[in-house]
Amino acid sequence: MNRITRLAYLGAIYLFFYFPILILIIYSFNDSAYSMVWHGTSTQWYRELVKDTDLQVIALHSLTVGVLAATFATIMGTLTAVALYRYNFTGKKLLRALIFILIVSPDIVMAISLLILFSTLKISLGFWTLLLSHITFCIPFVVVTVFSRMVGFDRNIFEAARDLGATDFQIFRRIFVPMLWPAIIAGWLLSFTLSLDDVIISYFVTGPDYQILPLQIFSMVRLGVTPEVNALCSVMFGLTLIIVFSAQFVLRKKQ
Amino acid sequence: MNINRRFQYFSIGLIWVWLGIFACIPILLVLATSLLSHNVDTDFIQLHLTLQNYIALIDTVYLKIFLHSFYLSGTVTILCLVLGYPFAYILARMDEKIRGILLLLVIIPFWTSSLIRTYAIVILLKAKGILNAFLIYLGFIHQPLQLLYTNTAVLIGLVYTLLPFMILPLYANIEKLDTELLDAARDLGASRLRMFFKIILPLTWPGILAGCMLVFLPAMSMFYIPDLLGGAKSMLVGNLIEDQFLAAHNWPSGAAVSIMLTLLMGLLLGIYWYTASVDTKNKKEPTFL
Repeated sequence: MNRITRLAYLGAIYLFFYFPILILIIYSFNDSAYSMVWHGTSTQWYRELVKDTDLQVIALHSLTVGVLAATFATIMGTLTAVALYRYNFTGKKLLRALIFILIVSPDIVMAISLLILFSTLKISLGFWTLLLSHITFCIPFVVVTVFSRMVGFDRNIFEAARDLGATDFQIFRRIFVPMLWPAIIAGWLLSFTLSLDDVIISYFVTGPDYQILPLQIFSMVRLGVTPEVNALCSVMFGLTLIIVFSAQFVLRKKQ
Repeated sequence: MNINRRFQYFSIGLIWVWLGIFACIPILLVLATSLLSHNVDTDFIQLHLTLQNYIALIDTVYLKIFLHSFYLSGTVTILCLVLGYPFAYILARMDEKIRGILLLLVIIPFWTSSLIRTYAIVILLKAKGILNAFLIYLGFIHQPLQLLYTNTAVLIGLVYTLLPFMILPLYANIEKLDTELLDAARDLGASRLRMFFKIILPLTWPGILAGCMLVFLPAMSMFYIPDLLGGAKSMLVGNLIEDQFLAAHNWPSGAAVSIMLTLLMGLLLGIYWYTASVDTKNKKEPTFL
């Protein structure tokens, strides 16, 4: 393959990735109720979005669950990654395997298994079930993100700290956390997007009183398209873009 | 108890308790549910042990859905591999300076909500959508084609959503490939085809398997893609489970389907781990996955 063919191939795939999203964003500025006919530029749908108080409540739900789930998952995920790196314990291999399985297992299996758990425990579906589920599916991604940062760490540092009388918690707090900070932030950001975008698991584990954005978008699209959805999706895409860029930025810094 | 031990037990205990309650017990509950029976009159689960839910899976309707889902997900996986492998290979061989930014452009769709991406495809494929308008403008067709609500639309939607999941593990694998091996092979007179089949393919095999797994399993379970793109015609295993749980209220049957899906995942994982363990014997530093 020569250089031109290669670049053309890359270009074609990137076009495939971005063209539909570009169309979506362009149409979110369309000044027409029939969303497919172009009637000139307008920010009408964005203004409607801002005025829609129901949607604001739903967005607030999504952000609340996202922030809380990402925070708890990051704390537990980081502790787990450090434990996997530092300690030898029975079931270590099993734990690693379990985390891997949770990453590859189809969302729908986790969704219905959590649904059965909550119904067995007679916990009514809503905020708490949603939060617990989101924490659970975010943890493995944090573990992997943080763990991969530790490959190549100089183990002597931890031995030196221990010889100087530091406790394991101090080593965690004073050495691991600062050294892993970029990966911890990246893990948090990735958990936050995962939580913000999840459809399948949330679809099963939340109740009618606690709606979140992806489910709202799903039902809006299903019921027939109002141009407001285009605007909402564009905003969500923009938010993802910002998060991915920040995550990449912190991860790349002083690697 | 020693303070260090306490910290160690705390971090290990916390994750085990959490995953025990929210991952291990739930899947055991699914297994248990799949062995119970469903009372049609009361819509409740009956505490009556039976294998009926599994036997019913051999029913032609279920079998058809399974086979259709297999066929569709398999096609999606092969398409992603065929499209993604050359892409990942070219990307891994690009100049280091622009590679970072090009990789970021693959990571963005990877993290973007697949629902939003599916919706973007809906807009594209509509009867009055861009693609039809473009084809009419070019004179290829005179009437808008029915693109949405077909199997082809589901296929396009799944490939569009899952392609980054194929590219990223492939890229990670191809990037580590030792190019000196290729130089040596070339010096010794190997043809390009021979180099590909004897060196590149065997060395990137774990990446191929990981990519296929990350595409195949979600392809079977992303029920909202056929919901939005395929109309009522195309059902995936994911749609079947959703239907059994939320529409038919037949939890035992839905649980049995989920167990079958889990077993399938186990099989794929087994193959992956077997290949990866053969592979890591030659490496010094094992990675997490």
